Amino acid sequence: MFKKLIVGAVFAGLAAGVLAALLELTFVVPLIAQGEQYESGDLTYFAVSDAGAAAGHDHASHDHGASMAADSPLLMPRALGTVGMFLASYTGFALVMVAGFALAERAGATITARSGVIWGLMGFLAVQLAPAFGLPPELPGSTGAPLEVRQLWWAGCVAASVGGIALLAFGRSAIMLGAGAVMLALPHLIGAPLADPSGVVPPDLAAQFTARALGTGAASWALLGTIAGAIWARDV
Amino acid sequence: MTKTLAIARTNTDILAITATAFLGLALVFVAGFANSATLHDVSHDQRHAIAFPCH
Repeated sequence: MFKKLIVGAVFAGLAAGVLAALLELTFVVPLIAQGEQYESGDLTYFAVSDAGAAAGHDHASHDHGASMAADSPLLMPRALGTVGMFLASYTGFALVMVAGFALAERAGATITARSGVIWGLMGFLAVQLAPAFGLPPELPGSTGAPLEVRQLWWAGCVAASVGGIALLAFGRSAIMLGAGAVMLALPHLIGAPLADPSGVVPPDLAAQFTARALGTGAASWALLGTIAGAIWARDV
Repeated sequence: MTKTLAIARTNTDILAITATAFLGLALVFVAGFANSATLHDVSHDQRHAIAFPCH
């Protein structure tokens, strides 16, 4: 049993980690690098509030070559740490997922590559989309409540979402289904710890980063579930 | 005898499932939460991209 769990999780985690790292280095990390330039003050962003100021648009105060300066990080050593950590986090997610496979199978469920896709997308929902509903993925230079408070809310939200999804998927009574819905909603009714917005990065850059972080995450989780499900079904 | 074996098998399975889940949580903790400065620096971009609360 232990071998089956570990083998499936490691292969699925490494495959999804590689995909995640490629997608992130291509689409997301350049935005992080740009965010850092705003954070450090190399770039500045001014919210122009009065209509007249648009005419006096000041090119000296900001740099239209920002995307050029934050060139492809693929060759930088920093990318190595990023790749390694994606392999670690997705292997971690995979280990928890196959433990879930084993529990679900004991409860009578059948795991295949196809049902694995659903497991993967539900993992994305619980670990990325649900917490992002309260704490949107943050570019460097964004503001936030104290780190420990946000980590606590994040962990609580993920735990409640995993429990809620499990109840909705496997619950056999109206009470269990209702409890699942409550668990999904509860972290958001309590509310994430937020700070007054006073970030220094442009909102459109932050919005693009958030959308891409979630989009690349969804793709990586779908692959994770598919491969983990396929290996599990082969019964190695 | 068979029943005892079946129970022993079930207990080993539950142990394996629990160990696997904890191993996974430990990896996620290191990649996403651990406070050490070195770990933070190495995992920085990954933490932002996965939307772990970072700094």
